[in-house]
Amino acid sequence: MQTPLTKNIKPGRDFATLADYRATGGYEGLRKAVTSMESLQVQQVVKDSELRGRGGAGFPTGLKWSFVPMGENAPATKYFVVNADEMEPGTFKDRVLMEEDPHQLVEGIIIGSYAIRATSAYIFLRGEYHLSAERLAAAISEAYDQGYLGKNILDSDYSLDLYLHTSAGRYICGEETALLNSLEGKRANPRAKPPFPQISGLWGKPTIVNNVETVCNLPHILYYGLDWYHGLGRGKDKGTKLFGASGRVKRPGIWELPMGTPIREILEEHAGGMQDGYRLRGFLPGGVSTDFMLPEHLDVPMDFEAIAAHGSRMGTGTMIILDDRTCPVEFVLNVERFFSRESCGWCTPCRDGLPWVVAILEDLIQGKGRPGDLDLLHHQTRMMGPGNTFCALAPGAMEPLQSALKYFRDDFEKYLRRPVLAEAG
Amino acid sequence: MNNGGATIDRRLSEAEIAEILEDASHYTQKSGASIEALKIVQKHRGWVSDESLKQIADLLDMSVDELDGVATFYNLIYRRPVGRNVILCCDSVSCWMLGADRVREKISERLGIGYGETTPDGEYTLLPIVCLGACDHAPVVMVGEDLYHDVDEARLDQMLNKGA
Repeated sequence: MQTPLTKNIKPGRDFATLADYRATGGYEGLRKAVTSMESLQVQQVVKDSELRGRGGAGFPTGLKWSFVPMGENAPATKYFVVNADEMEPGTFKDRVLMEEDPHQLVEGIIIGSYAIRATSAYIFLRGEYHLSAERLAAAISEAYDQGYLGKNILDSDYSLDLYLHTSAGRYICGEETALLNSLEGKRANPRAKPPFPQISGLWGKPTIVNNVETVCNLPHILYYGLDWYHGLGRGKDKGTKLFGASGRVKRPGIWELPMGTPIREILEEHAGGMQDGYRLRGFLPGGVSTDFMLPEHLDVPMDFEAIAAHGSRMGTGTMIILDDRTCPVEFVLNVERFFSRESCGWCTPCRDGLPWVVAILEDLIQGKGRPGDLDLLHHQTRMMGPGNTFCALAPGAMEPLQSALKYFRDDFEKYLRRPVLAEAG
Repeated sequence: MNNGGATIDRRLSEAEIAEILEDASHYTQKSGASIEALKIVQKHRGWVSDESLKQIADLLDMSVDELDGVATFYNLIYRRPVGRNVILCCDSVSCWMLGADRVREKISERLGIGYGETTPDGEYTLLPIVCLGACDHAPVVMVGEDLYHDVDEARLDQMLNKGA
């Protein structure tokens, strides 16, 4: 089984140095791109690769790029931005890629930037990832020394500057337009779309924002080609993916596996199954803004469409496991507290709705629930659903709640049936 | 901050100003460097005082209110003094399932502080934080720039004795 994204990550080695990275074909994809291909050809290859974004939404990368104005009449300044603001609870994949093989990301950025003819690139890194910052800064500096960055990259006519921006907290920065506001030095409130960032992004210039893992795919697609890349997946989606599991499994961790790997294989073979004394109750397939799935879904492949067909989203592909000794209602309360705290406060349904949901759940758990609370919670999931809020934060927050109400209704009702309730209210 | 209030220069140092202006050169507008500038000052002084904020705003051609709006938005910018080591306790769901509440209680017991508080000796400030991206080693806690995995009583000892 091939593991292009993690092949340089080896036990007993701190991280892949420039020499380690080059020893396995590092920077050859870039060389091929800038010395023998036009930017639009690179875009076409990535489009044909069918690579989909690894940050959670799964949007086709080549299609995203195709909206950037190209050619002589395109704006002279364009930006390529990497979303390295990994903060989705339960997600711990981009950090590994940045800490352990920083040059892979740097090469991917230069290739992506070349594809859209970006003039500057930024890595938007969350502030708590100190080790990633240190290693990326060193890798960027080495890349300049080697002529991979700066003026006339590898003697081509293409020039690029790459900057590392370390952020200062707030989950909302991971939302692509909020990220751009933050990079401009503002409060990280999302922007209205359209215009989309590809047309008017950072400082009003055409901008692409891609996730770390997405960008790490680019060197390999360019170097090894489409046939190779298309051969990696086991299902409909192409390539490999970093899948993970946390919670009460025997061996929590992340593993690079083919797209389309069945969930059961990830949980049972790689994560070693549940810890002794715990049974699987359900799981969030890819971070807290995805709907619960159940043990009956274990044979579903980790493919964007296959997961969607079962009412959830693959999201970041790092699963959070709910065991039978953890109360699903308390689990959801923890998740909603997170979203409530991280709401940027810009739009009313999110700013007011999320604390309301938290208050209802707190009351319920403390035995102060009221008849109709579950209907009210269900109502909230629709009021904060897609289309009613400025960005995807609140709709994401509603996914675990709406699916918990559907699958774990008894656990919610149990709180309402407590005798103390008669006096509450 | 915790220097007995004696000799901290209220003016930004030349080093701070140089770092801020260097960073500002990465952006088409100087205000793009506002978050980095706040972090630079915080690195030197531990937190961002009103006086520092005014001087940064001047350097970046921003109004004080605009910059304060930015500073107060981000939870890793401290507008009040903090301890020499900020303890960030992950309270997101994977850590919560594996005992994050208990870890937080233990830290509070040991240090006598709750969230948002600083020990009287100025050594530690305790704050909650969202997922630190190490869920396979839950529960996790960050002290200063060091991330501690699989935190239990023994790890707590190691964590809290290091800075002392």
